[in-house]
Amino acid sequence: MIRLEKRPQPSQVWIVATPLLAVIATMIAGGLLFAALGKDPVAAIRTIFWDPLFSENAWFYRPQLLIKAAPLILIAIGLSLGFRAGIWNIGAEGQYIMGAICGAGMGLAFYPMESVLIFPLMILAGLLGGLLWAMIPALLRVRFGTNEILVSLMLVYVAEQILASMALGLLKNPEGMGFPGSRNLSQYPSAANLELIKGTGMHWGVVAAFIAVIFAYVVMSRHILGFNIRLAGQSPRAAAFSGVSPGRLVIICLGVSGALAGLAGMFEVAGPSGRISIDFNVGYGFTAIIVAFLGRLHPVGILLAGLLMALTYVGGGMAQGSLGLPAAAIQLFQGMLLFFLLAVDVLTNYRIRPARRRVA
Amino acid sequence: MSDILLSLKGLTKAYPGVVANRDVTFDIKKGEVHALLGENGAGKSTLVKSIYGLVRPDSGTMTLLDAPYHPGEPRAARAAGVAMVFQHFSLFDALNVAENIALGMENPPPMRDLAARITKVSDDYGLPLDPSRIVGDLSAGERQRVEIIRCLLQDPKLLIMDEPTSVLTPQEVDILFLTLRKLRDEGTAILYISHKLEEIRSLCEHATILRMGRVVGTCDPRETSARTMAEMMVGSVLHVPSRPAAPVGEVVLELAGLSAPPPRQFGTALKDISLSVRNGEVLGIGGVAGNGQDELLLALSGEMRTASGMVKLRGTPIGHLMPNARRTLGLLTAPEERMGHAAAPDMSLTENAILTGAIREDLTHRGFLRWARARSFAEAVIKTFDVRTPGPGAAARSLSGGNLQKFVIGREIMQRPDVLVVNQPTWGVDASAAAAIRQALLDLAAKGAAVIVVSQDLDELMEISDRFAALNGGRLSAPRRAQGLTVDEIGLMLGGAHDMEVAHVAA
Amino acid sequence: MDLSAINPVLLLASLMVAATPILLAAIGELVVERAGVLNLGVEGMMITGAVCGFVVAVNSGSPTLGFLAAAAGGAALSLTFGFLTQYLLSNQVATGLGLTLFGLGLSALIGQGYIGIKAPEVPDLHIPLLADIPVIGPILFQHDPMVYVGLLIVAAVWAFLKYSRAGLILRAVGENHDAAHALGYKVIRIRMLAIMFGGGCAGLGGAYLSLVRVPQWTEGMTAGAGWIALAIVVFASWKPWRIVIGAYLFGGVTVLQLNLQAAGLPVPVEYLSMSPYVATILVLVLLSSGRAPGSLGRIFHASS
Repeated sequence: MIRLEKRPQPSQVWIVATPLLAVIATMIAGGLLFAALGKDPVAAIRTIFWDPLFSENAWFYRPQLLIKAAPLILIAIGLSLGFRAGIWNIGAEGQYIMGAICGAGMGLAFYPMESVLIFPLMILAGLLGGLLWAMIPALLRVRFGTNEILVSLMLVYVAEQILASMALGLLKNPEGMGFPGSRNLSQYPSAANLELIKGTGMHWGVVAAFIAVIFAYVVMSRHILGFNIRLAGQSPRAAAFSGVSPGRLVIICLGVSGALAGLAGMFEVAGPSGRISIDFNVGYGFTAIIVAFLGRLHPVGILLAGLLMALTYVGGGMAQGSLGLPAAAIQLFQGMLLFFLLAVDVLTNYRIRPARRRVA
Repeated sequence: MSDILLSLKGLTKAYPGVVANRDVTFDIKKGEVHALLGENGAGKSTLVKSIYGLVRPDSGTMTLLDAPYHPGEPRAARAAGVAMVFQHFSLFDALNVAENIALGMENPPPMRDLAARITKVSDDYGLPLDPSRIVGDLSAGERQRVEIIRCLLQDPKLLIMDEPTSVLTPQEVDILFLTLRKLRDEGTAILYISHKLEEIRSLCEHATILRMGRVVGTCDPRETSARTMAEMMVGSVLHVPSRPAAPVGEVVLELAGLSAPPPRQFGTALKDISLSVRNGEVLGIGGVAGNGQDELLLALSGEMRTASGMVKLRGTPIGHLMPNARRTLGLLTAPEERMGHAAAPDMSLTENAILTGAIREDLTHRGFLRWARARSFAEAVIKTFDVRTPGPGAAARSLSGGNLQKFVIGREIMQRPDVLVVNQPTWGVDASAAAAIRQALLDLAAKGAAVIVVSQDLDELMEISDRFAALNGGRLSAPRRAQGLTVDEIGLMLGGAHDMEVAHVAA
Repeated sequence: MDLSAINPVLLLASLMVAATPILLAAIGELVVERAGVLNLGVEGMMITGAVCGFVVAVNSGSPTLGFLAAAAGGAALSLTFGFLTQYLLSNQVATGLGLTLFGLGLSALIGQGYIGIKAPEVPDLHIPLLADIPVIGPILFQHDPMVYVGLLIVAAVWAFLKYSRAGLILRAVGENHDAAHALGYKVIRIRMLAIMFGGGCAGLGGAYLSLVRVPQWTEGMTAGAGWIALAIVVFASWKPWRIVIGAYLFGGVTVLQLNLQAAGLPVPVEYLSMSPYVATILVLVLLSSGRAPGSLGRIFHASS
């Protein structure tokens, strides 16, 4: 049998190597899965990872990468701050929905007026919508000690119901001929979140994601807040000794992650998705959790992980079309990625050694 | 049949970076009280873990009653008749005494029978216990009793005790010794691990001394002086810290009726604590673990806030202030648990320097960290306090206990506190590091700071304190001049025997 | 709105049915948490159980085989969680979340060809004599077997924890795993067994949804039931009989809001649908729980 021996120091080599190892392991396991489903494993892996970037139709698919990656990165950056501190915001999906509703609502309230002020107001509304939704688990935790995992998760289901109610009621398109769903925001110039540079898929949400990455990097490596977050996550008693206020940290971390998730929702509804509908949310809030861990909770890592995850979405969609791969297989593939990462992560802090033989 | 119970030959055990036991050989006779002596880090714990089956030696043999003995796990050791009372108890706070004892037994009888047996055996040996009490509510001495009774119920041939008296008042130690002598008279051998020389001299017939993993000598403690044994343990003449005479100044810290409920379940409430400490003075606070030391530190550091007037610094009420506000005012503390509380194990020494030094050493600028300054501060601590480590980038968990303690205490001392409060400053630390830390505390007081030392080690407190007070059940006794206090007086200040009755132990 | 359309007897009877999947999942998770492990993957194990149970029941024609397969499926999935957290020392929260996501994907894949198919029926038991008591009879004694199995499991867990030596050892491991290890108990082995038990129960709970309550297979059909089960374990202060109260409370809110919807209450459907989730939040806030097992969620690494 093997046994684990704690390293005196976390291994710098393995911190970088584990995500790579996890991706390779997932590719192998995924290939086996696809083979079991009766698909050519090499073709499937190639379609998912290679084709969106380099095939002859890549010019069409490459912009999709940024479009899919932006919300993932934006949400994951927010989540990573909390996760590092041991504050588990699992309800980002709900904050995303509420941000979208508030942002769209703000925009539609001005319809059909045109003004350059509308879009910034929508951004603000999206931020606030997500932030306030995240304040519910935050305040409940600070005041009553309630578990934020369960509260934020319950609020996802509540948010989905609110979304349905909005799509069918308050935000319903009066000119929609009775169909559920709001007006299409991408056709409303002042509110639309359009492509900024043609052919790249870059919209304001992509810009926001990059800004968030830089911001998080600076905070985590150079600011006392980042230091306190890391400290609270690693050694809560030492954090208390140092003078970190746990309540304040909870509110800041949940607030920031809620705001960023709400922002992602707002950019999505005003851009790629276009309108508030019952099935507007596609699970970015949950996939972002995988992105956060895959990126080892580090801003640059999250940037790369977000792009990788977007690749699996886009490539997965291509594989669905050309190879008949079921959509659920891609979801499973993403879950496997997280599992492999958690499995190989042990190498960062522990060495593997053969168990010593017994002495007579 | 020889009268040797357990024979160890050539036991060796190595861990990465250190050889804990090197070629250890000695015998324990039947019915003998055998001491295992050595400083912290000499290899005593590893050796007894080998005997008890928790650890497998790399080489060497053990023989029990002339038969080969190599327990693969504690269960095998217990089956062979070896029982052990650990220094850190393996008890379950939320369960009651009977359940805790049942968990330590191989085939426990049904609960009702077990409860009756517990009551009988505990009475017989002078350590009465109520089987239905929840262990979390027991005092440290009573918890030790649970461990001992658990061993006694299995009729052991060899009872190993690891540093048993660190949690007992002097009076409670006497009661324990009566029990141990009764066991010896009944034929049970006792392996008694300690570094407390006077106790060993009064209890044990034979002593084996370990230093740096090797056996460096054996003796009969009844015939040997404490000083000789100490020098065999340490290998050199001990350095006794020197106290330069210094005038004592104004009252700088005052506690007025400090009371607080226990911060967590199974904690200790603080009850009406009053004291004052002056500039240049060292106040020693003694007490057996679990009497409110942790809670007192939390109230002083600011991790636990109280009514503002209960803690006053230079006359200003500060009981409501958070830790960093107190650091700004010059009140610094060092808690007992160095790994995980005083220092973050996975962070570097530079980051750990920021942990408490950010304010007084000016390590941030508008919230942004000044890494270069933090690194220099950490390097200064490392250099001044002789911390053995590759550098300030090393993770705290890579340091040995003694070196980390030097860093943690040094970090606070170098911030020039007006008041420094330390809890168990030399616990688990090797002799030379301990001496260096004590000297540093004395030097700090000589410069005019007020120092409060909370410790279980009464010898240490007598060595460095000007005044001495005892913490017992959350209450503080009135401080008295340390010079001239007798062991008995100290014992009474610590609460005497805490209602531990001496049940009928036939002499 | 026609409130008279709500039949109180049917309401109370359907309460037990609605509560059973959550009861099963929660009692399994209670055992896991008493052993000191926090497994957030209950949702993933439930839905895996739901699909495994459904597939096997449809293909074999036997709902009993379906339930057995569901328990096996849930337990097998929980093994991955156990391996990662106990042997590879991974973070329990992250791994539990990963288990949920993995389980949702796996079940969607397995259940692909089974959408819209009807499952073999699970007949109701008619307990002799007791079922004929007016009013109480139909409410309590005319359910399908799994309702009673659920209650039996709760009783068995209660007796196990309180009276048996194995239960004492499990409680000790959950309270202080270092002390249990020092006493020579196999902490990891005990936790793995507890984790598998939790997986099996969650699987049963999921299969109850797909074979009895709905009874059909749809992707994501557990709709948060696993998370509610986790909340109920906290609400129950880790005591088995309180799980029953919590599950029935939740079941009650669920069926009540469905009935109110059907009766035409002039409140938008969506607000009624969110009531079980809001109720769960309120319960978590208002009832401060008792003391959690001492080692809950902490990583165990024997250093010897």
